[in-house]
Formats: sequence, structure tokens, C-alpha cells
Amino acid sequence: MTRRLVPAGAPLDPETEQLRGQVREFASQQITSGAFTPRCDVWLSGWDPAFSRRLAERGWLGMTMPREYGGHGRSTLERYVVTEELLAAGAPVAAHWVADRQIGPSLLRFGTEAQRQRYLPRIAAGECFFGIGMSEPDAGSDLAAVRTRAAQVAGGWELTGTKVWTSGAHQADAFFALARSSPVDTTDRHAGLSQFIVEFDSPGVEIRPIRLLTGAHHFNEVVLDRVFVPDDMVLGEIGQGWKQVTSELAFERSGPERFLSTFPLLAALVGELGHHAPSAGDTAMRELGSLVGRIAALRQLSLAVAASLASGQAQDVPAALVKDLGTRFEGDVVEAARQLVAVEPDPSGAGFARLLADAVLHKPGFTLRGGTNEILRGVIARGLGLR
Amino acid sequence: MNEQSALNEQSALNEHSGISDHATELAEMVRSVLGDHLDDSTAGLDAEFDPALWSVLEETGLTLLSTPESAGGSGGGPADAAVLLSEAGGYAAPVPLAETDLLAGWLLAESGLPVSTGPLTAVAGELSLRRSAGRVAVAGSLDRVPWARHARTVAVLVPGPDGGELVVALPAGSCSVTEGSNLAREPRDGVEVDTELPADAVGPAPQGAGRELALRGALARALQLCGAAERALELMVRHAGEREQFGRPIARFQAVTQQIALAAGEVAACRAATDAAVRSVADGFAAEATALAVGIAKSRTSAAAGTVAAIAHQVHGAMGFTLEHRLRLVTTRMWAWREEYGNEAHWDGVIGAAALAAGPEGVWRMITGGAGH
Repeated sequence: MTRRLVPAGAPLDPETEQLRGQVREFASQQITSGAFTPRCDVWLSGWDPAFSRRLAERGWLGMTMPREYGGHGRSTLERYVVTEELLAAGAPVAAHWVADRQIGPSLLRFGTEAQRQRYLPRIAAGECFFGIGMSEPDAGSDLAAVRTRAAQVAGGWELTGTKVWTSGAHQADAFFALARSSPVDTTDRHAGLSQFIVEFDSPGVEIRPIRLLTGAHHFNEVVLDRVFVPDDMVLGEIGQGWKQVTSELAFERSGPERFLSTFPLLAALVGELGHHAPSAGDTAMRELGSLVGRIAALRQLSLAVAASLASGQAQDVPAALVKDLGTRFEGDVVEAARQLVAVEPDPSGAGFARLLADAVLHKPGFTLRGGTNEILRGVIARGLGLR
Repeated sequence: MNEQSALNEQSALNEHSGISDHATELAEMVRSVLGDHLDDSTAGLDAEFDPALWSVLEETGLTLLSTPESAGGSGGGPADAAVLLSEAGGYAAPVPLAETDLLAGWLLAESGLPVSTGPLTAVAGELSLRRSAGRVAVAGSLDRVPWARHARTVAVLVPGPDGGELVVALPAGSCSVTEGSNLAREPRDGVEVDTELPADAVGPAPQGAGRELALRGALARALQLCGAAERALELMVRHAGEREQFGRPIARFQAVTQQIALAAGEVAACRAATDAAVRSVADGFAAEATALAVGIAKSRTSAAAGTVAAIAHQVHGAMGFTLEHRLRLVTTRMWAWREEYGNEAHWDGVIGAAALAAGPEGVWRMITGGAGH
């Protein structure tokens, strides 16, 4: 009678746990040596190409890609463990984040041999960084509303339109632009969309900063004015863009970045509370226990989804559940931290005050990026048989 | 789709989702037994013990599923017990499965005492024991003993001499029972005892029995809560699809579906937490990490019970708020079970203390299960 919403997980094997130990030790050494200071939301804000290359040297980028493309032929769960260790440590992983998480897998799935040869080895080496070109001023949650046009010309396509929220476009090499290659079919709005690989140094590309609440420059507006994309830089099939971009969503919605964005603040909260030595019955202790219990459960859920995705099962609903629960958890860490510790957030400060400041200012984004939670709950509801 | 291909698909799904064929078969068997005997009847206020259901469960070896074969049980593992208790929770089965197998069966077998057939229960308490000439005089009272009025044996874990613990097997006839109940009107009885038993009615409890009994109780209720929450979700999904207002099913209103999706999230997290706890007890309950995994499962399921039951009732409207509606079979149990063997406040205190002891550098290691450096 009872119906499982989530796949059953399994313990990680000893080799994977050993790998975890190596990553943990590396991250700890990097902190000690001053190579990085733990921060919140590092997969958006921690851009550090040198750090990305140090990871690449250890074989921790492009982990799941085949060796023939410079990858390491490792399992999805091994990559998961490396990723969660780095996020928990608050390490600067933003530079390679998009390339490693979705560009590599998309190129392997939809790319031509020439495209793979051109990008994959450099992605695995930490020498080529990517952005995402999906959202537009009038296409947020409603992605099918993209208006960027791809007009067929001799030898390729000409793209015109504006993309927004492209993280790192000012520092990256290229992005995948989702564009309309044929007019809107009102009976099937998802038809007629295509993906194009656009290198940012192409003529007609203009990149303008969009500053975050913190004042930091991570996001950009990317204006495409008749940017020529040769035929051999079309990703996958013309007209299949919607299917291509949605096919990988479960991976990015269920990953550890959906519940670990504020983990460095949670760890710092443990340190702050430790100074006051509350007793087991204290509200603060219970609040902390509740957060730790929640993240432990979320992690189990996320791992179970990762294992199931790796075996080829569709997990759109569980992935949406992870993102809805996980991103709300990330925000609740911020609320608990500010109420349990009498320290004012300080954006130019250090330690707890700085972590808290960044977390408060980044928090609104957690439940927006990668599909707003309200839209995801629609996905969940449909999966349950509602609507 | 024909039946065979549906079966194949189901089995392929389970293979990929890591659920063993064995677990699937067991779940199907349990569903068929419970489904045949329970009809969502809401006739009585009390959760009346169902003797006919009990007989079938006993005949199929489900009442002592995880008790060792040497003690007369079926010798299953924690994963088997987990399937059974989740399903029983979802069906609101009025039988003491958790108490008989996971608690009393274990406690009696581990203490070298006979495990009788029939419903059993177990409790930790204090009784005075005075031995004389092959007999032992037992006196004292016990509070809120689950299903005591139906139990053939009440296994009582009591403090023993020199810091150890003892188990006293109280036969049904030796006790006087004062009937009490929890919110779901399941029996939670007072037990008075003042009698003489043969000396072999008392056995030495295994090391750490008190701690393990508490963890077993918490795990059992977490599993029952999880099954009940999954059932509540199923009922709200069904109701939202059937109930029409303003000329359409209420499932068409996003305000309603958003709430159901939130409940689904809670249910999913409960299942992930209890899965992890069940995996961790495969090697016994001794490890600290196991205690933590069980505590997290009980905390999460207890906290979710309130949220899920509230949404379930809101979705059902006034019609779910009556004795006649089957929804209450699971929601009243969720409200009762969340308090038993430690509610979320209790376990969050334990988890929080462990996190503080781990410190800012150790808390992540604690969450990932103590692996790594």
C-alpha cells in the first residue's frame, strides 16, 4: 500500500570513503596554508582558477568522463563524494562548476566527436570554463519563452538575443545558448528550440555585469548581436533543445550543492555554540540537533537519488524533492544562526560575522536558481498524479 | 500493459532503485495479509486488537520476523522488520508487531528466556525482586505498557545487582492491568504485579540492554511513522483528485498541490532517514553512529508527523476531521507515535549534543558517518 517516493540507498564502498579522506585532507591543508578561506555558496561565488587546476592535477575534475577525453572514468558516487567534501569545506569551486557538472556530461551525450575533443580535455584540466545560457529577461521559470533567435545562414546560424544570470561569463570561455531556431508552435511551445556552443570571444558578444546583493560580480547579462555560430558548433540536434536541456536536470537538482550552500555557516555555528556550552535541554542545542538531523536525512536522500540516476533510472520527482527540501534547509541554517548567536552580520568582517553576512545576502537565490521551488512543487505534484 | 510486463517493469524499477527482490516480495506478502484483513473500518473509537489478523500473521511467520530461529522466530534481519513495520504503520494494523518481535522477542531471546507465541510486549521499569528457594517474588507497577492487556508475556527490563540489568518475564495471568490508551486509542496500560514466579522467569539481560531497548523502540516507531506518513500522503492525493469544489477537483488549485508537494518532501526525507537507520543497525546497535542514525530517523519522522498530518487534514477539509473518516486511523497514530520513545525535541537534544562534542571540524564527519580523516 505505502508507496516509496525515494529509491533505497546503499552504503558507499570503502574505496569511495578512502577517496573522501583524501579530499578532506587536501581541503584541510589548503585552508591551513591560506589557499582559501571557507565561504558560503562557493559554487556561485568562489571563482579561483588556480584552485580548480589544483583539483584537476589530483584527478578531481572531469571525474566521470572517459579517459580518452582526459577524464578519469570514475563513478558518479565518487564524483559526488569529492563534490560534497569541497562544498562542506567551503572551497572555491565556482570556476569549473558548470563545465564539470553539466557541460561535460552534455557534450558526452549530445556533442560531436570534434566538440568533445575540443573541450573535454581542457575541462578536465581546469583550463576551460563554461557558463549557462538559458534564462532571459522574459524567460525565467517559463524557459520555453526564450526569444533569442537563431537564424540559419550560410555555414551556420546567427544568434540574436539577450541571456541573463550567466554566472562567470566575464571569466569563462563559452556557454551553451538555448535559442529559438524556428517560430513558436502554439500547440507545442517546447518545439523549435536548439542549443548552440557560443564562445565569448566571438564577434557580436557583449558581456555586462549584473551585481548581486553583496555587490559582487558573479552574474552577467550576455547580449548576442548576430553572433555567428558555425554548423559544427550546434549541440545535438536542431529542434531538440528542450529535450536536451531538461534531460540532465535531475542531476543538478539533486546534488549536494542543493543543501550544502550554507554548511560552512552551520559548522561555524557549532563553534560559536561550543563557547557557551549549552546543556542538552537547551533550545539552542535542540535547534542545532534539528539542523544536523535534517541535513543528514537530506544527504541520504540526495545520495540515494544520485545512485539511482547513475544506474539509469529517471528520478525527476525525487530530484525536485531534494531541491525543494535542501534549499529551504539552507535558508533555515541562516535563520537559526542569526537567532542563536548574538553577532551582527558583517560583510567586511571575518569568521562567523562574515559567513552570516554572505549567507543572508545569498539566501534569496537558493530557492530560485535551477527552477524556483514553486515550479518544482508543480513537478512533484504532477509526479504524484495531481493536476 | 499486461500484468507480466507490469511485473517486469516493477522488478526492473526495484533493481535500479536498490530495493531487493526479497524486500519487494516480503512487502507484497505483508500487503496481501493486511489488505485482506483490514478494511479501513472506522467503526470503533478504540484500536481493538484483531485476533484473526494476529493468527494469520503468526501462521505466516510475521509476528516474530526478526527473532532468531533458535528462539522460535523467523530469523529475518532488520531490513525485513523494517518492511513489515512500515506496512503495518500504513495500514494502521491493530496488532503489537513492533512490541512482539523487535522488543520483547529480542529481549527474551537475548536473556535466555522462552519466547512464547501470541502477542508480547516489553518495557523498561523498576520492580522489586526477592529470591527464595527456587522462586522469585516480584512486585511493582509499570506505566503505559503497550498492548499489555493482550500480551501473553510482558518482558520487563529492570536494574539488577552490581550495575547489570535483568529481564523478568511476567505471564499474562500474573498482572493486574489498568486500561489506558494513546491518542489513537491503542492500548497503553498500567500494569500492577505482586506475585511469585519460578526463578527461571528472570534472566540476565545482555550488555547495554536498556540503551538498545530504547533505540529499538525509537526505530520501530520511526518505521511505523514513516509508513503512516506515506499512507497519509496517498490519502490526500486521492482525495484532492476526487473532491470537487468550484466545479473542479481541488487538485487543480495550486494552493492545494503546493501543500501536498510540501508533505511529499517531508515523507521522502522520513524514508531516507529511516532507510539509513535500518542500514546502520545491520551490524547491531552498539556503535555510536548507529544510535545517532536511529535518533535522526525518530527525530525526522516525529517532526514530519505534525506537518504531514496537518496538511492531510487541511486537504481533506472538515470531512477528514471526524471519527468516521479513515484519515484519522493514520493521523491519530502519527500524533501518538511521535511522542513514544522520544519525540523530536528529545532526539534533537541528543543529536545537538553529539554535534557540539564533534565540534566545528568534526560535525561534517559526524554527518558523513565517521569516515575519512
